[in-house]
Amino acid sequence: MKEIPVSQITETVARLCIEANVDLGSDVEEAFRKMRETEPSPTGKEVLGLLLKNAAIAREERMPICQDTGLAVVFIEVGQDVHFTGGSLEEAIHEGVRQGYEKGYLRKSTCHPFTRKNLGDNTPAIIHTRIVPGDSVRIIVEPKGGGSENMSRVVMLTPSQGIDGVRSYVIQRVKEAGSNPCPPIVVGVGIGGTFERAAFLAKKATLRPIGTTNPDPELDRLEREILDAVNKLGVGPGGLGGRTTALAVHIEMVPCHIASLPLAVNIQCHAGRHKEATL
Amino acid sequence: MSREIKLKTPLTDADVESLRIGDRVLLSGIIYTARDAAHKRLIDLMDAGKPLPFELKGSVIYYVGPAPAPPGKPIGSAGPTTSYRMDPFAPRLIAAGLKGMIGKGNRAPEVIEAIKRYKAVYFGAIGGAGALMAKSIVASEIIAYEDLGPEAIRWLEVRDLPLFVINDTVGGDLYQEGMKQYAEAS
Repeated sequence: MKEIPVSQITETVARLCIEANVDLGSDVEEAFRKMRETEPSPTGKEVLGLLLKNAAIAREERMPICQDTGLAVVFIEVGQDVHFTGGSLEEAIHEGVRQGYEKGYLRKSTCHPFTRKNLGDNTPAIIHTRIVPGDSVRIIVEPKGGGSENMSRVVMLTPSQGIDGVRSYVIQRVKEAGSNPCPPIVVGVGIGGTFERAAFLAKKATLRPIGTTNPDPELDRLEREILDAVNKLGVGPGGLGGRTTALAVHIEMVPCHIASLPLAVNIQCHAGRHKEATL
Repeated sequence: MSREIKLKTPLTDADVESLRIGDRVLLSGIIYTARDAAHKRLIDLMDAGKPLPFELKGSVIYYVGPAPAPPGKPIGSAGPTTSYRMDPFAPRLIAAGLKGMIGKGNRAPEVIEAIKRYKAVYFGAIGGAGALMAKSIVASEIIAYEDLGPEAIRWLEVRDLPLFVINDTVGGDLYQEGMKQYAEAS
């Protein structure tokens, strides 16, 4: 049994909120550089250059990469031999978000759905907890912007629509999203499970580092096919035309009910922000 | 080939008529911020026949909810938000003298039509490049609706704010044209 005071969770979450928002992952920057070489549109090349410049300014000046510093999506994997002390784990996470968004000069974006009154501290966080073997705690903070989230969808396909139905739905979604979700995007795809599991898988898929391959050969092939197709849509960087509409397509798949084929598409803008820590 | 044009607010009919899709514009002067909630309040004021918190004629509205200003800086990260949410309100403001809008993403046909009819322009800023855009903002002050937090109306003094012309007075649409140019039938 390992004891972890919840104050340590608060500190870690606060730090990760700030780090994720000011320090873009090297996998994303690497993808910008690579795509800038192959992008045929002069405007598209220029936009990719501006995004690299933006990431450099953000890191150097500790300014958020994007003013939409997102809702704080927190994935926490808790080892079953861990005992938290000193208070509630969930409250400690919310407090971490509260402190990180205040200290980091990050924008607070949570509001009442109807009155639209801003809650002022960016809580509540969206918390996804998993209990795993062991005695460590892994925390991932993914600030998720509203523009790309608005372009995401869950759909219940019929089983007979199959892999072709999945492929064409995802491509159509990226096409309809067009310039809105701040391309070049990462397309997170969740297949199977139930309605809510598919959505969770799609979000989780956006966390996979760009440039890694799917261990399932069939899904790896499907990812490549969809990526190739969406980059032929012409949307391009910033939506101004070009061949870099998506940096990656990541798929997570689990078994589903014999009657259904749940599919979720979670679009991640080019500011593919997430940071993690293990306690 | 796209041109680079320097413009100063307030904008005139002649200013916007000279612009074409794909032009790169460096905008300087005073502009105003407003998002969904602020737009709704502006329209309510117009319905009530009351004055707006700023002079609409020749003005430019930037669809942005900036991050808080860190110490020593006029503003935090300040890139554009998605424009379609302002589409229900924009034609009314354009008809009343609004000359420019800055945002990201496609506009509704009614907005594109109003841009043509009343001579205005829709500029695209690079979505998500908030730290870079903040570099061009030299001063900022809340002038209305402080209760809206990041969605309050601010005036911003900008210097060479980097923009692209997306919709012009002759009905051009860079998002449509750009996509067409690089789309490949599969």
